[in-house]
Amino acid sequence: MTPPPMSAAEAAQINASVRNGWLLSLPALVVLAVAAVGPLLIVLVYSFLEAGKHGNVVGNFSTGGWSGILWTRDIFTDSYVLADAHLTIFWRSIKLSFLTTLTTFAVGFPTAWFIATRPPKARALWLFLITIPFWTNLLIRTYAINEVIRTEGLLNLALMKVGIISEPLKLIYTDIAVFIGMTYVYLPLMVLPLFAAIDRFDLRLLEAGYDLYASRWRVLRRVVLPIVKPGIIAGSILVFVPSLGAYVTPRVLGGGKQMMIGNLIELQFLAGKNWPLGAALSMTLLIVVTIALLFYVRAANGEKTHG
Amino acid sequence: MAERRFSATRLPGFATIAMLAFLALYIPILTLVVYSFNSEVTMGNWGTATLDWYAKAWANADVKDATLRSLTIAGFAAVISTALATMAALGTTRRRAFKGQTFIYVMINQPLMVPEIVTAVALMILFGLIKTVTGVHGLGYLILAHAAFCIPFAYLPIRARLEGMDLTLETAAADLYASHWHTFRRVTLPILMPGVIAGAMLAFVVSLDDVVITEFVKSAGQDTLPTYMLGQMRRQLTPEINAISTGLLLVTIAMLTAFFLLTRKKD
Repeated sequence: MTPPPMSAAEAAQINASVRNGWLLSLPALVVLAVAAVGPLLIVLVYSFLEAGKHGNVVGNFSTGGWSGILWTRDIFTDSYVLADAHLTIFWRSIKLSFLTTLTTFAVGFPTAWFIATRPPKARALWLFLITIPFWTNLLIRTYAINEVIRTEGLLNLALMKVGIISEPLKLIYTDIAVFIGMTYVYLPLMVLPLFAAIDRFDLRLLEAGYDLYASRWRVLRRVVLPIVKPGIIAGSILVFVPSLGAYVTPRVLGGGKQMMIGNLIELQFLAGKNWPLGAALSMTLLIVVTIALLFYVRAANGEKTHG
Repeated sequence: MAERRFSATRLPGFATIAMLAFLALYIPILTLVVYSFNSEVTMGNWGTATLDWYAKAWANADVKDATLRSLTIAGFAAVISTALATMAALGTTRRRAFKGQTFIYVMINQPLMVPEIVTAVALMILFGLIKTVTGVHGLGYLILAHAAFCIPFAYLPIRARLEGMDLTLETAAADLYASHWHTFRRVTLPILMPGVIAGAMLAFVVSLDDVVITEFVKSAGQDTLPTYMLGQMRRQLTPEINAISTGLLLVTIAMLTAFFLLTRKKD
């Protein structure tokens, strides 16, 4: 179908409207270009420079930053060996991020379902109760979970009082502590999009559909899951992406030992004094996250065309 | 045979898991709050209930300094980001979809998509260069960085408000020969105001909460409350941190309650 022909006056009006749209958006775009998007290009440039002796960079081209992600120079034999420490950290980041996403889903789905099926007044209240932790300072929430799981924390005090254990569990500064912490801080990020997806759907349809199917679980799998799929995808991305880039939670609960990629990046800029490597690691993290987001956009669009 | 009924509200185990999830979310926060009143330093001993840690935090010059700095940065960042976001929202709604609109959306939402640590490192490098060249080490860098990442948070409620707005009032004003500016001031802005205030409050809370970007961008002696707390967590922890956290928590809850009352749909 071709659009109806428009008069010159109409065309001029549309042009003016588009120009105004750009002009009004311009100040925000400038600030974002200067203080959010632009600096990423500097990181890209730095990842291809040579490391300075005491931090910073020297203005020579080098791929040392990028190769340093996987290879490290052995000072005794002066040869390049696989950087085990880095691989351990990558593996930990990916493993913990997946585990966190899965666990928040396993807990978040029933929770979102519960909220969505309450009567309107109660629903608003439960939703508010999810929103408070969502907006509460990440550091405070990390510190709060630290109060529970640290060696002299609430969990150990309670377990010892009851007599289940005689020695306190040493959870803190382990992978498990980081995993518990991330699950705790990111759970609301899973619940909210799941709730939005379930809430859009008329639950009475399920009751009708139930007659045609064998069991509740089958209804859940065959009817509910496809409908809430966009919510599942959104929630998973919202949890996975910040988990992968987590910095505060592994720093506080991992105690500087159980590092994740975010902490490794910091190390290169502050103590490790290898800025190009830190820059290359940052770019790698950015690329992985972008791929995850593109996957999300594709999945979400596919959902629209099929649904 | 018993009647088969499917009740969406009664899936087995779901309510139990949900209750456990809420308990898991709130027990740590409550623990933190309760122990801010404990006169003893360690958790194992409960001395007496006291407000001493609040008094101590209040008297602590570093805390006062960091609080003031946090509020200054959050205030400026909220005002700047809300002004920019309001303009951008006016520019991207209520007109025919135009080429480049997607680009504007992606730019505005960019701070939500890039891992904070990456932005933090990027800003540390850029601002570090500028600081070396100009020798200026003011709070401006932090305000600019915060204003940038607050834009998407301010933009969303304002845009939502604009999209739900009735255009007839503005048309009526224009028919009565009100100027564009006059129409905007007297008609559009008052209707838009709840969205603008909601956006500003979200921006304020987001700025107040930031740890990572601030930690990397700040110059020496520019601690905000969260970066001060992060620094303290390396040392011996005392309930003073609990007291500060409880204070921040109260601010967040107050802002959120106000936000909900503002954006609540009138039924």
